[in-house]
Amino acid sequence: MQPYDYIEIKIPAKAQYVGVARLMISGIASRLGFTYDDIEDLKIASSEAITNAVQHAYQDEEGEVVVGCALFEDRLEIMIADHGGSFDFEETKKHIGPYDESAEVEFLREGGLGLYLMETLMDEVKLHHEEGVTVFMTKYLGGERGEEDVKRTASS
Amino acid sequence: MLQKLKIRGAKMNLQVELLEQDSIQYFKVIGEIDAFTAPILRERLATVEGTPNLQAELDLSDVDYMDSTGLGVFVGFYKAVKANGGHVKITGLNRRLSRLFEITGLSEIIDIEKKESEDHDATI
Repeated sequence: MQPYDYIEIKIPAKAQYVGVARLMISGIASRLGFTYDDIEDLKIASSEAITNAVQHAYQDEEGEVVVGCALFEDRLEIMIADHGGSFDFEETKKHIGPYDESAEVEFLREGGLGLYLMETLMDEVKLHHEEGVTVFMTKYLGGERGEEDVKRTASS
Repeated sequence: MLQKLKIRGAKMNLQVELLEQDSIQYFKVIGEIDAFTAPILRERLATVEGTPNLQAELDLSDVDYMDSTGLGVFVGFYKAVKANGGHVKITGLNRRLSRLFEITGLSEIIDIEKKESEDHDATI
């Protein structure tokens, strides 16, 4: 028997289903006992990855995005895979990072923020190219930056 | 003179209301801003962004979810308005939204006003 429960959803690569997958992530994170803030972080980080898959993997053709969640006692691992074309990670990576106060307004990047947010809001993010892009993200319960999030315990 | 326009897309979890008072364009955004709804917001804001010296206020106190798609719309709007000599102010940010603006560095650039009585014991 595998040491974790696994839940997967496959959605058409269309923007209107990003929110559907987000609801699933939210429900799973709540079930695992993540704090309110961590659940919000997980919703944003996974939506960013799913949005990337939806917007970049399939330009005009139909496609699907798979979102898989592995529920461990101490963490949630999320895998988001498109199986079509892919966005150029190395190129994207060059443009990620926080906005710089001193930067010229014209150079404010409107895109490229998604990956930065994933890396900021999750404990670990890995990408993997092979027939499309797969994003692996992990968030630990109790968080590595536990500050004010200690109030809620896993009692639901 | 208070003019109220309401646009509500079918099955969209986003509403954008424009309340024009004197010279200030006050937008109240309600709902979720994500890949699906961001285009509606962008379209709505695009109708005023070219106005010279536009004074715009965006009230996000009833936005319950937002990600980079929303930030992208606000950055685009900010750039367009600024290029036309105007000003954008974003108000009503709860703790979650403020955090998003802070970690992306946008709070250093765009005029932001946090929600005054933020409830720290938000329920799930």
